[in-house]
Amino acid sequence: MPTRLQNEANKENLLINMGPSHPAMHGTIRIMLELDGEKILNSEVEVGYLHRGFEKTCEHKTFFNLLPYTDRLNYVSPLINNLGYVMTMEKMLGIETPERSQYIRVILCELSRVSDHLTALAAMTMECGAFTAFLYYIQAREELWNIIEETTGARMTTSYIRIGGVRADLHPDIKTRLAKATKINRRVLKDNHGLLDKNRIWIDRTRDVAVVSSKMAVNYGFGGPCLRASKVNYDVRKAQPYLVYDQLDFEVPLGDNGDNYDRYLVRMKEMEQSLRIIEQCLNKIPKSAGPEELLIKGLEPEDAIKTSRSKRVEDTIKLSPNLEGSEKVKYPGILTEDKKYIVPPKEDTYTSIEGLINHFKFFMKDHGIRPPKGDVYFSVEGGSGEVGYYIVSDGTDKPFRLHLRGPCFHIVSALEEMIKGHYVADVIPTFGSLNMIGGELDR
Amino acid sequence: MGRIKPRHHYPEERKYKGGFFTTKLNYVMGWGRKFSLFHYPFITACCGMEYMSAACAHWDFDRFGVGMTTFSPRQSDMLFVVGTISQKEAPVLRTVYEQMCEPKWVIACGACTLSGGIYDNYAVVQGIDKIIPVDVFIPGCPPRPETILDAIEKLQDKIQYQQQDWRWKSKK
Repeated sequence: MPTRLQNEANKENLLINMGPSHPAMHGTIRIMLELDGEKILNSEVEVGYLHRGFEKTCEHKTFFNLLPYTDRLNYVSPLINNLGYVMTMEKMLGIETPERSQYIRVILCELSRVSDHLTALAAMTMECGAFTAFLYYIQAREELWNIIEETTGARMTTSYIRIGGVRADLHPDIKTRLAKATKINRRVLKDNHGLLDKNRIWIDRTRDVAVVSSKMAVNYGFGGPCLRASKVNYDVRKAQPYLVYDQLDFEVPLGDNGDNYDRYLVRMKEMEQSLRIIEQCLNKIPKSAGPEELLIKGLEPEDAIKTSRSKRVEDTIKLSPNLEGSEKVKYPGILTEDKKYIVPPKEDTYTSIEGLINHFKFFMKDHGIRPPKGDVYFSVEGGSGEVGYYIVSDGTDKPFRLHLRGPCFHIVSALEEMIKGHYVADVIPTFGSLNMIGGELDR
Repeated sequence: MGRIKPRHHYPEERKYKGGFFTTKLNYVMGWGRKFSLFHYPFITACCGMEYMSAACAHWDFDRFGVGMTTFSPRQSDMLFVVGTISQKEAPVLRTVYEQMCEPKWVIACGACTLSGGIYDNYAVVQGIDKIIPVDVFIPGCPPRPETILDAIEKLQDKIQYQQQDWRWKSKK
């Protein structure tokens, strides 16, 4: 069936496809271009190649079980997606979370934001041919993902931020590791500033290409770095502060023109601010037990297994400090006290009848988390804009409707207008600077 | 096996100067092919991030001879299917596979390509082996870079010991 552009295009002009699997474009999206020579007269963007039925699937999952699906929306910064969903649920249920868990959330979300920006810029630079910068960016991202892994147990799809708090405490040695990672990150940022900022090729390909005015950005519903590059001072963290962002000191970097270069520069500056936020959080975070107390004295798991072959194991078994719920006494202040909304610690489940009942009540069909009837919207600042969740509850343990406001969708919808009148080669840095993430765009 | 006499008489000092070894043609072709895999990354979703990690300096699968990323299916030996394949994407994947020249291999990376993963619904293809043949499956959602490296080694083993496809040999 001919598409809109195929019907409307002048027969003398050339129609070509970019995508859905195109060498110079990451992600799966199809852009059909109507060309006069190399000049783009019109274009048509087709999305939906990664439609995975997220919203419909969520209607068949309980509020607790749908959390892993939110990881896979913006898969570069899954923790922020977790946070958006979880905070929407907390608003609906009226849960207060402990202060320590809020700081942990902020630290991990900012780490995610940095890794999101790093990946976006890595892809953008690689597609423009700056392979060195790409390798540096990814190297910096690895350092951050190592920290995320040490705390959450997974590199990407973490499901770490839970309704009522977080799943486990920070890694006991988080301070030194974060210090090392921020140092490496700052060095990479400095290197890449040096590689790209005044690079003739980079400037030629990005400066004054795909300029988005403030008005256009607002009209399309932009968010995040793309909006701020167009000189609109709007950041959900400042406008409607959530968690502890109102107690932290950070700036919102703004661009001048709203071209590709500004979108690059705003991302670079935002990463520096995020690193600042992380450092402040580490100083302000309420104390838990010290690292010495967190290391559990006891049998090594292997020895325990050996012992169990001949007699009952009575000593405590040394487990990873981050293992979920294994030592509730040593990790206070990361989950809410309300037993209705949290999975009870495993030691309770296995040793006491109350814990067992709590466990059953939480996981049984039509029990578990049942918010009151009604609907709620809440949004957080994601990697590429405002990540909002709209949840309608009918009083059961499954959402009646769950809608995601993915920032990419609004940004990519402006792509047709942005590349109009430019050249084919300009599509690539423009598309890269938008940070299109398929999971969030097509859901 | 007797020693093979050289057909021509070379001067004594030139005879075996470079040394020699015996092998099978099938083996040496496998050896050549497994270390010069040009791959085409068909990246759609989350696993692509881990693919990037595995491909970049930190894990660097160039060490195994698969570092050459070609962005044209016509010049690649191996198809890396990374990420969810939706019903809309399926014909594209099939086209890309058919554009590749023989001999070709396919690695399916991630739970979604294996079986649809957690997306058991109307939109997602429940395993790409319904569309194209697959040599190595990598489990995980997403798989760690180490798992991807392991899969590459497994594929190389397979290429080494498989019956090589010779163009000049008539197929039975």
